[in-house]
Amino acid sequence: MIIGAPKEVLEGELRVALTPESAKQLQKLGYEVVVETGAGAAASFNDEDYEAAGVKIVPDAKTLWETANIISKVRPPVEAELELAREGQILISFFWPAQNEELMKKFADKKVTVLAMDMVPRISRAQKMDALSSMANIAGYRAVIEAGNNFGRFFTGQITAAGKVPPAKVLIIGAGVAGLAAIGASTSLGAITYAFDVRPEVAEQVESMGAEFVYLDFEEEQQDGASSGGYASVSSPEFRAAQLAKFRELAPEVDIVITTALIPGRDAPKLWLEDMVASMKPGSVIVDLAAEKGGNCDLTKMDEKVVSENGVTVIGYTDFPSRMATQSSTLYATNIRHMMDDLTPEKDGQPNVNMEDDVIRGATITHEGEITFPPPPPKVQAIAAQKKPEVKELTPEEKRAAEIAEFKKKTRQQVSLLAGGGILMLLVGLVAPASFMQHFIVFVLACFVGFQVIWGVAHSLHTPLMAITNAISSIIILGALLQIGSGSWLVIVLAALSVFMAGINIFGGFLVTRRMLAMFQKS
Amino acid sequence: MEYGFTTAAYVVAAVLFILSLGGLSNQESAKRAVWYGIVGMALAVIATLVGPGAGLWVLSVVLIIAGGIIGYFVAMRVQMTEMPQLVAAMHSLVGLAAVLVGFNADFELSRVLAMDETARHSLEGFAAVLAHKTPVEVSILRVEVFLGVFIGAVTFTGSVVAFGKLAGKVTSAATKLPGGHMLNAAAALGSIILGVMYFNDVWGVWALFLMTLLALFIGYHLIMGIGGADMPVVVSMLNSYSGWAAAAIGFSLGNDLLIVVGALVGSSGAILSYIMCKAMNRHFVSVILGGFGGTSGPAQEIEGEMVPAEADYVAETLNDADSVIIVPGYGMAVAQAQQTVSELTKRLRAKGKNVRFAIHPVAGRLPGHMNVLLAEAKVPYDIVMEMDEINEDFPDTDVVIIIGANDIVNPAAQDDPNSPIAGMPVLEVWKAKNVFISKRGQGTGYSGIENPLFFKENSRMYYGDAKASMDKLLQLVD
Repeated sequence: MIIGAPKEVLEGELRVALTPESAKQLQKLGYEVVVETGAGAAASFNDEDYEAAGVKIVPDAKTLWETANIISKVRPPVEAELELAREGQILISFFWPAQNEELMKKFADKKVTVLAMDMVPRISRAQKMDALSSMANIAGYRAVIEAGNNFGRFFTGQITAAGKVPPAKVLIIGAGVAGLAAIGASTSLGAITYAFDVRPEVAEQVESMGAEFVYLDFEEEQQDGASSGGYASVSSPEFRAAQLAKFRELAPEVDIVITTALIPGRDAPKLWLEDMVASMKPGSVIVDLAAEKGGNCDLTKMDEKVVSENGVTVIGYTDFPSRMATQSSTLYATNIRHMMDDLTPEKDGQPNVNMEDDVIRGATITHEGEITFPPPPPKVQAIAAQKKPEVKELTPEEKRAAEIAEFKKKTRQQVSLLAGGGILMLLVGLVAPASFMQHFIVFVLACFVGFQVIWGVAHSLHTPLMAITNAISSIIILGALLQIGSGSWLVIVLAALSVFMAGINIFGGFLVTRRMLAMFQKS
Repeated sequence: MEYGFTTAAYVVAAVLFILSLGGLSNQESAKRAVWYGIVGMALAVIATLVGPGAGLWVLSVVLIIAGGIIGYFVAMRVQMTEMPQLVAAMHSLVGLAAVLVGFNADFELSRVLAMDETARHSLEGFAAVLAHKTPVEVSILRVEVFLGVFIGAVTFTGSVVAFGKLAGKVTSAATKLPGGHMLNAAAALGSIILGVMYFNDVWGVWALFLMTLLALFIGYHLIMGIGGADMPVVVSMLNSYSGWAAAAIGFSLGNDLLIVVGALVGSSGAILSYIMCKAMNRHFVSVILGGFGGTSGPAQEIEGEMVPAEADYVAETLNDADSVIIVPGYGMAVAQAQQTVSELTKRLRAKGKNVRFAIHPVAGRLPGHMNVLLAEAKVPYDIVMEMDEINEDFPDTDVVIIIGANDIVNPAAQDDPNSPIAGMPVLEVWKAKNVFISKRGQGTGYSGIENPLFFKENSRMYYGDAKASMDKLLQLVD
């Protein structure tokens, strides 16, 4: 089978769905790879690089769509590309099926199998092909860079000969993949970073990235992100009010706001209102990563940079990944390559759209002329459910009391054991003759010594311990040796047999122990 | 020579034996400790041979040497994977020897009691000791002989069955005769009645003989009813019994060294059994009676799917990993994969990765079995960790490879209060970033319960024979 990547047709799209590196990997899966000439040029992959990786270059899109059985793209296909598609072809690209139902229907009618990269379910196994995450990661990073580009000050605080520079304060709203990437970039540039998310369970992740999580004074149980596939869902009006109050409080302080709040299948929630922008310092920057869905900020204009009356820059670009085309192409191509990996379990260059597989089922939106969107919910949950409330911490007094009770219990146990043992011993002493008691004392002491000594034996030496105890328990040979001199032939025979067996045991036991111990070597 | 000399030699031997067991607290001192044991044994045997009471010493020496030659060959030839069988076989010899020595004591006793005063005075050795006993002492002697023979006989057949199971000559599944434990109880009761009869000298030696038959049956039937994976407990229990048998015989012969050593070995085995039971969170009684504790409710439902992984994916992940923990189980021993695992470890370590082994106390068929296998394959012992040492490190570990282990890595022990193994301490492998499970098929472990670990999202099943799988990995890890 042949897999091909055309040049992206959308104006300003610089990414490409195949890189020379991913092409090599695809060839290992048994595919032939073709690329339209100049497809990777904008992402700094030129045709020679592809050719060096064994990729065939075709002169135009038409030839490419004709030769390739599998088309991999970045942006959703346009009408012109629909014309080129043919029955039985497999198309892998972003598709946004919920927004592009019309187009999806047309592809289904043409009997093209479409795998939408944006529909890959969010489960751990599919992370390697989760293009939304890899693109969001880039967007988050780039958002910080864009903000810095439009921000007139340092991120990091410095004390210089020319005066003190305060560090910038960055607020990141929404700690998803993009938010976390933005936190990472922002903290490593040295800014004081705050982050907010409606899912309190991400607080730990936020803090692990070096940012401070903004908590709300809110009594109501906060939502559990696990129930909605790891994404945020709509919050209650009371919660929203508390959230906005908190933002209002923060607005005059922060220099840079990066908003990444999205709810799947809905317009972006308005979180940064006009009055908050107005209360910000002049020169501050807002980067709205939700611009494509209407924006989180009231002032956001899609694909534009606007400056508010009080001098706050609001950036509404939607092409952050494309602005870093080399990086994003590399990651996206790797996502595609992993998808092909799962599609080709036999590694024979024959894709198998296995509708039983959670990941493939989720991504496939049209198959064999049928629309298969939306998919059933995946069998596994995206992220772990919120932790149950922890067991109440004990107060120091309670702990102390528990310790004392424990100590008393132990003492009682030991004392009663000793008393019981002692009484038993005395009772035995009453009836047993002195000669027996002498041996008995030896026996009891030996047991005690044995217990003390054996507790100290390393677990790793338990097998040698068994072998050596085996050898020394052949001490029973002494009994046989003492009896062998007896007058009765039966006794002699039995004793001789015992001596013989014990002899095997003594030598076998000690030698095998020695052999084992010699094997234990330090590195 | 006089008694004094022999006793002095016994004291030295006893001290040497204690030192030799105590020396096993770490790998280096252990190498010295085994010599203490050998010297102690030599001293005890020589002191007895030259001391009073021993006769026919030429025959004795010849027999010891003959036995020694066999022992030497067995010890040198045995494969480390066969250690459990060997240990069980050696226990059976001790048990049988205890039975024979016990019977001898009884024969001698009858002989001596039948003599008249003057004849008794001319006796030598063990018989002379018997001749001086008062009637009360004779009664106590009977009890001691009875105990020694009983425990010895149980140890003997029990060890033979354990040997058969471990060597694969007897089915390792738990099998019982109809009647189950009632048969054992009846046999034990019968033994006690016969013991009372023997004590009162009814039927004489025949009571002892019948009791021995019953004890042999108990040993056989008890161990037949215990499954393969409980063998660590069984073997250490038999180890303990062989010690107690020696101690009981020591009492009947009035030999303190026998008593001391018997008590040492007995308590050693008892502690090992205790550790093993603790590691399975089960009561000793429930292990011996077979079967797992009852469940108190339906098992937790397992969500997710088992996802298989290919060798190259495993190798790729290994190549990317910084820290690796390998969890070996009985499956590794069965497949003889330890050499390959060791080679893999060496390669990964050469690349600067932190590779360690996590050993659960009941992994394998003998306490410490995995350690010995890994040591044989030249895995340095300082990267082989106990459960408690390594359990906290799993969250920081990139890759965990589980080779032929199941119940000891089952998260249900912690998560599911209704699970039959709830509360058993387990290796928390699921906290690692990637878990690969090398396993022959989808079957359950010894306890017969599903392992939710296999269904976790960070788990991948790496199907195939452990040795073949590791060989494949070895080629792919560069």
